[in-house]
Amino acid sequence: MTYRAKIGLLAAVAIILVAAFLFIDLGGSWDYAFPRRIKKVLAIILTGGAIALSTTVFQTVTNNRILTPSVMGLDSLYILIQTTVIFVFGSFTLYKLGSNANFLINVGAMILFAGVLYRLLFRREGNNIYFLLLIGMIFGTLFSSMSSFMEVLIDPNEFQYVADKMFASFNNVKTDLLIMASIVVAVTLLYFARFTKYLNVLALGREQAINLGVNYDYVVKRLLIVVAVLISVATALVGPITFLGLLVVNVAYEFMKTYRHSYLISASILISVIALVGGQLIVERVFTFSTTLSVIINFIGGVYFIYLLLKESKA
Amino acid sequence: MIQVTNVSKVYGGKKVVDNVSVTIPKGQITSFIGPNGAGKSTLLSMISRLTGKDSGQIMVDGKEVSQWKSGDLAKKVSILKQSNHISLRLTVRELVSFGRFPYSQGRLTAEDEKYVDEAIAYMELQDMQHKYLHQLSGGQTQRAYIAMVIAQNTEYILLDEPLNNLDMKHSVQIMKILRKLVTDLNKTIVIVIHDINFASFYSDYIVALKDGAIESEGRTEHIIQSNVLRGIYDMDIEIEEINDNRVCVYYA
Repeated sequence: MTYRAKIGLLAAVAIILVAAFLFIDLGGSWDYAFPRRIKKVLAIILTGGAIALSTTVFQTVTNNRILTPSVMGLDSLYILIQTTVIFVFGSFTLYKLGSNANFLINVGAMILFAGVLYRLLFRREGNNIYFLLLIGMIFGTLFSSMSSFMEVLIDPNEFQYVADKMFASFNNVKTDLLIMASIVVAVTLLYFARFTKYLNVLALGREQAINLGVNYDYVVKRLLIVVAVLISVATALVGPITFLGLLVVNVAYEFMKTYRHSYLISASILISVIALVGGQLIVERVFTFSTTLSVIINFIGGVYFIYLLLKESKA
Repeated sequence: MIQVTNVSKVYGGKKVVDNVSVTIPKGQITSFIGPNGAGKSTLLSMISRLTGKDSGQIMVDGKEVSQWKSGDLAKKVSILKQSNHISLRLTVRELVSFGRFPYSQGRLTAEDEKYVDEAIAYMELQDMQHKYLHQLSGGQTQRAYIAMVIAQNTEYILLDEPLNNLDMKHSVQIMKILRKLVTDLNKTIVIVIHDINFASFYSDYIVALKDGAIESEGRTEHIIQSNVLRGIYDMDIEIEEINDNRVCVYYA
C-alpha cells in the first residue's frame, strides 16, 4: 500500500466513525441533538489533532518515541490550578468565573510555565533537552502532590468538582470556548508551518541537523513553544488527555512505516480522531456514559505502552 | 581557508582546549592526532559549530563561524561525528538524500538526485541503496554516512574518527576514498584519527594535540619522527620506512 492509500484508508475510517457518531439514534432530532453532536465532534477533532501533532513534534525534537509532552508537567499544572481555585475560593467561584475566564487562566498559566521552563533550558549552552524533561517531571510531581494535599483537606462536595476536572470529557464543551480554542490553534498552526520542513532533519539528531544547516536552538525552541500552546489549549478545553498522544503517534509510526513527517503527522491526527470518536461512541452506546473517555483511552494506551516496552526489550 | 586563532573551551573548570591556533591547509588531508582527552574532537566540533567556543576566533573563508548563517555554512563545511545511531526507518538512499537538504530544503530537484546518485556510486553503495540502515553492518553504515557527506558537496569535510569500529579492509577503503576526494574534487578534509599509521600513510599535514594544546604540527614526514612522537604520546615509537612510507611500531 502506498503512503497516500494508507492515509486515504485512515481518512475513510475517520469519516465513517464521525458519520456514525453524528447520525446513530438521531431520531430526527435535528434541532437539539444534532448541533450538540457537531460541537462534540469539532471538539474531538480539535483536541485530537492538537495532541497528535504536538506529540509527534515533541518526540521528533527529543528523538524519543516513548515520551509525551505530559512529562513537562502541564497536565498536573492544570489539575493544580483547578484544585487551587476550588480550594481557595470554592466551586461557586469557578462557576461564576465562567468557562471563558477559566480557559484563559489555564492556557495562560500553562504557557507561562512552559516559557519559564524553556528559559531555564536555553539560558546556557550544554543544557540538553533531557534536563528540561527532568525539571518538568519534578515540577509535575510537585504539582500533583500539592493538588492531592488540597484534595484531602477539601470539603467532599467540593471534591466532586475537582474529580470532574481530573478526567478528560467531551460531554460539555462550550461553544464559545470551542471558537476561541480554534482560533488559537489556527494561529499556532500558521506559525508552525514555517518549521515543518525541518522536522525530518531534526529526527536525525542534533548534530546531523546542525550539519545540514538547521539553526537548531532557534528551531527547537519555537517548536517546543508550539507544542506547549497546543497541549495547553487541548488540556484546558477537555481536561488532561496527553496520554492519547503516545498511543496515536506510535500507531502512526507502526502503520505508516516511514520517517516522513508529512505522512506521519496526517496519519497520527487521523488515528487520533478515530480513537477519540470511536472511544466516545463506546462510552455513549456501550457504557451509556457510566465511564469517561479518558478511562478507555488510558486503558488501551496503558496496554499498548506495556506492549511497546516488551517489544523494545526484545529487539 | 579555515583559520583557528587562540581558541579555548572550558568544561566544568577544566580547559579542554587551551588557546589553540592552527591553520588548515586547503586541498589536503589534515589529521588531528594525540592521546585520549587531548581535545581533538572538541576542536573539530568547535570548527563545525556543533559546540560553541569560550574564546578565540574560527574563520571559515574569512568569516567567523558564528557569523555564518547556519544554512549557508552547511554548503561550505560538513561534519560527521563518530556515533551515528538513529532509530528512523531510513534507506541508504534516503539518508544520502538528506545531504542535499542545505540546497533543496527537503524538496529534491533533478540536480539533487544527480548528486545523490554520484555520491552513492562514489561509495559503491548502488547494490544496497534501497536497504534499510538497520539491516547494514557497521562498515556499510559508515559508508552510507560518508556518502551523505559527499552528497552535501562541501568544500571542507570534517570527520571525527571515521575508522571507528571498522575492520582493516574497510578502513583502507574509506581512507582511499578520502584521498580520492582530495585529488579528484579538491576537497579539504580534516580527520580526527587514533591510528597513527593511517595518519602517516594518508595525510598531508598532521596537527598533534596534547592536554588541550598543540604539541606539534607540520607536514606528515616532520611529525612521524621518533622524537616528535615521544613528545606527543610519552612513549618510544620506532619508525620503519617501507616503500617510502613511514610505519610506526609501537606494540612493544
